[in-house]
This record gives sequence, C-alpha cells and structure tokens, in this order.
Amino acid sequence: MKTLFILLRRELTSCYLSPVAYVVLCLFLILNGLSYHFTLLSLSRAPFAITVVQAFFNDLFFWVAYLLVFPVITMRTFAEEFKLGTIETLMTAPVRDWQVVAAKFGGAFLFYLSLWLPSLLYFLVLGWSGNRNTVGFGAQLWAPYLLLVLMGMFNVALGCLASAMTSNQIIAAMLSSVLVLGNFLLTLVGYVLNRPSRLLRDFLAYVAQVDHMDSFSRGVIDSRALVYYPSCTVLVLVLTYHVFQYRRWKA
Amino acid sequence: MIRAEELTKRYAGFTAIDRLTFEVGKGEIVGFLGPNGAGKTTTMRILAGYMPATSGSAFVARHDVFRDSLQARSCLGYLPENVPLYHDMRVREYLRFRGALKGVHGGRLKQRLGAVVDLCGLREVERAMISTLSKGYRQRVGLAEALIHEPDLLILDEPTVGLDPNQIRQVRELIKSLGEKHTILLSTHNLSEVEMTCSRVLIIHRGRIEASDSPANLVRQLRTSGLIHLELRSEKDDPKTALLAVPGVKDVAVTVEEGWVKCTVRTEAHVDLRPDFYRLAGERGWLLRELRQDRATLEDVFVEITHPDT
Repeated sequence: MKTLFILLRRELTSCYLSPVAYVVLCLFLILNGLSYHFTLLSLSRAPFAITVVQAFFNDLFFWVAYLLVFPVITMRTFAEEFKLGTIETLMTAPVRDWQVVAAKFGGAFLFYLSLWLPSLLYFLVLGWSGNRNTVGFGAQLWAPYLLLVLMGMFNVALGCLASAMTSNQIIAAMLSSVLVLGNFLLTLVGYVLNRPSRLLRDFLAYVAQVDHMDSFSRGVIDSRALVYYPSCTVLVLVLTYHVFQYRRWKA
Repeated sequence: MIRAEELTKRYAGFTAIDRLTFEVGKGEIVGFLGPNGAGKTTTMRILAGYMPATSGSAFVARHDVFRDSLQARSCLGYLPENVPLYHDMRVREYLRFRGALKGVHGGRLKQRLGAVVDLCGLREVERAMISTLSKGYRQRVGLAEALIHEPDLLILDEPTVGLDPNQIRQVRELIKSLGEKHTILLSTHNLSEVEMTCSRVLIIHRGRIEASDSPANLVRQLRTSGLIHLELRSEKDDPKTALLAVPGVKDVAVTVEEGWVKCTVRTEAHVDLRPDFYRLAGERGWLLRELRQDRATLEDVFVEITHPDT
C-alpha cells in the first residue's frame, strides 16, 4: 500500500509540476466556459423546461471537451516510461506490476477529476445568485458529476491501455482516441438503426454514454451505469496489466 | 551472491543467452565482458528482475529472481545501460523517490541521501533538474540511485560509457571503493578498466560463457604464441635462418631499417626463448640492441575468445 502511495504521489507531482497540466486545464476551461456561455444564452432566449445543469451536460461543447481530454491525459502514462527506458529502473525496484498500473491509472484519473472541479463553481454561483430550481440542485446537480466519475474511470482506463501498447506518445494518443471515440459512437448506433432488435437495444442501453447523461442530468440515477462502468474499468485495467507485463517480458 | 543455473533466454528465432551457468561470490568485483549483442544486457536484466528467463534459474542473495522477485530486487542496485532517469525531477527529489520506493524511509532516508550525494559527488547539483545535467552527472545520479538502499549487490551495465577520461577515472575509483563493501557485477567494453578494478572476469560470447578467471590468469593462459622482438646488426649471416633453427620458433618476420635488422619471432606456447636468442646472438657475434617479449593483454584475450573467425 505504501509503495502504491509513493508511486501515485510521483504520478501526481510529475503531472502538476509540469506546464502541460496547466495548458490542458486552461484549454479545457475555455471549452467549458464556452459551453456554459452558450447554454445560458440559449436558455435565456427561449426558456425550456430543463435546468441549466441539464442543458450544460447535454451540450455539444461538453461532449467535445469531454472526449478530447482522455487521450491528452493518458498518452504519456506508460508510453513515456518505455520511451525513456525508465521502465527498467522502475521495474527493478521492489514494486509489483499491478501497483504500477494502479498508480498510473490513479494519477490520470485524479487529474481528470480535477479538470471538472471548476465547472461546479458555475452552478453553485448561479444557484446562489438566482433561482435554484432553474439551475438544478440536489441529485440534479450531483448525479451528472457522479456519472462523470463513472464514465471517466472507464475512458481513462482505455487511455492507459492504449499507452501501455506503445512507446510513442502520438500513437498512444491516436489509439486512445480511437478507443474512446469508438466506445462513445456506440451510442449513435441506436439512432442510426431503423428498428434495432431487443437484444441490441438492451446492449445499447448499457453502453450509451449520451443516454446515461440524459437520465443522470435529470437527477435519475441509472443503476446499470453504476455496474457497467466500474466493471468495464476493472476489465480494461486487467488487460492493461497483461499488456504491460507482456511488453516488459518480451523486451 | 549471484547464482545462475542453465539460464536461457530465447526470442522468436534467436537465442540471446544459452544455458549460462556462473556464480559470483560475496565481495567479488566481476567484470562481464563480451562483444555487442553477446547477451550481457539480457543476463543483467534477468538478474535484476526486469524480465524472466525462458528456462533455467537465477538467485540473488539466495532469492529466486523470478519467484521471490521482490526480495531479490530489494537486495540489489541496478544501473541500466544509458542510465534512464526522469527528466522532470530534481536530483534530490529523484533520489528521495527512489529511496522511498526501495523501502528506505524517515531518518534513514535522510541519512542515506546525504551519504550517496557525498559519495557520488552530487552535492553541487542536488537541486538541479535532471534534464539539465551532463552525461557524467547523470551517470553519477544513476549510481547514487543504485546505492540508496545499501544493497549487497550492484549490477552496473556499462557504467563508464560516454564519459570523458577524468570522469571515467572518478567512476572507476568510486567502483573500486564500493567493492570494499558490495559485491559488484559490471559490464564494460573498457578492458583496462577491468584489469584495474575487477577481481574476476566473465567473458560471454554468442550467449555462452567462454572464460571465467582473474584477469592475470587469463592473460597468462593466453601467452600461447607470444611474440618476441629482436633488433640486431649482423655482418656475416642471415639472422632469419639462424632464428628459425632454434627449437620452438614457429615463424620469423624480418624488416631492415638503417642497417638494423628487426625480427619479429612467433614462438610456441608457454616457452620463453629470450635466453636462447641471447645466447645465439653471442655465438654468432650479432650486435643486439633490443630483445623484448610482447606481453599479452586482456584485449588479446578478449579478441582471441570473441573473434568472429574463431
């Protein structure tokens, strides 16, 4: 446990002590701010029966920012260690493979979470200065954040898997884009198909991130998401562990 | 300290090391020599627990490097080739991180940090970013990192490659002083360094151990067909035929320079014909101004063992 903590601290310091983290955070906030701005603009022009939170989390800007961020924060996790060769010093210290995988994942995931924290301010400030009912409060406010945590862990894990497969950060980023985007686009299958079979519909109900967000941002917590994302995360991390071990052993 | 038994590592269609069996005793400084691609790095990586062998077993301080990997790893300090380091860390920060990772904490970590920083001469750069350090300093940071947890065994993969002569001397002195307390296995291409620091040499070629002995013994064994150089002036006869008539002489090469005849004589194994030549010169009335036997060096041993034609 102590080893895991030491590794995690190293991941976080290397992340927050580099300018990259702040560039990412800054650009991310610009996208978020735009999203917030247009949400408020459209709601003030033609009031709908939806809350600000709901409008924000179902906006196109939101999804773009959300999907863009995973390759950026995960591409260096493993790829950089392989590239620099530091993987050799790291893995000849008394650490276990799973500890390294868990620390890399944990570091990227915590950074991802910290990206979303500023957006909470928008709703808290607006709710405090205006009508809480039109902004959204209680479950309507925290449920979408819960879903961000859930979806985020799965996508960060996908990014880590991509990074473990290569020594090149660009390839890692492309690969994780494909995985993350591919996974996201599964949502659209339901919209494109004319008459999906029942089995397919059930399957899509599990994987459709857009649909999950739709219900969570209304304050409806779908237990399928609570099961689906953590279990997929574990699955992908196990895969990452094996890919990581395989690459080291064949080196 | 190290015991390798029938250690084999095969990649797809290529055997990197082939049934290596060797031991390194406590307190030895062993030089691991071999041409590029002979399997040195592979062997060291296996011993350091970085990757498993295809078959065979290896023990570090009686811990199986594969089954008890964590215990084995905590007994050794490993300096990989080219010294990979995190460029975004400061020297002291890096050493603290590595120390903690190897289970050195609290007061002991502080004390060890001070000790390795002094030992490796890192005092003036301890607050510098690793990315700004010169090659020599990086090498020393790597060495300090390997030493931070006071391991019994040090495995150093080419610790002096890329350093300037002064730095090489410093690192060599450092390794020598470390040898008093630690067991060291080091690989290098610098043979004079091996002769100066190592108590034993392992020569590996095409994945197999070809020689294992002290440098002096290896050199002694090699003086198989030593060369003897003579420089003389002869008025009457031809020195070449006279020299060839001496029992034990295999071959004579002659060049003449300003009236002096230079003969290079190849002799048979383990014989020293210098007294015979001296006597011959006396009998024939040659004017002898040089009589010298080539001393074989470790380089000759290395070439003899690992030459592509042999």
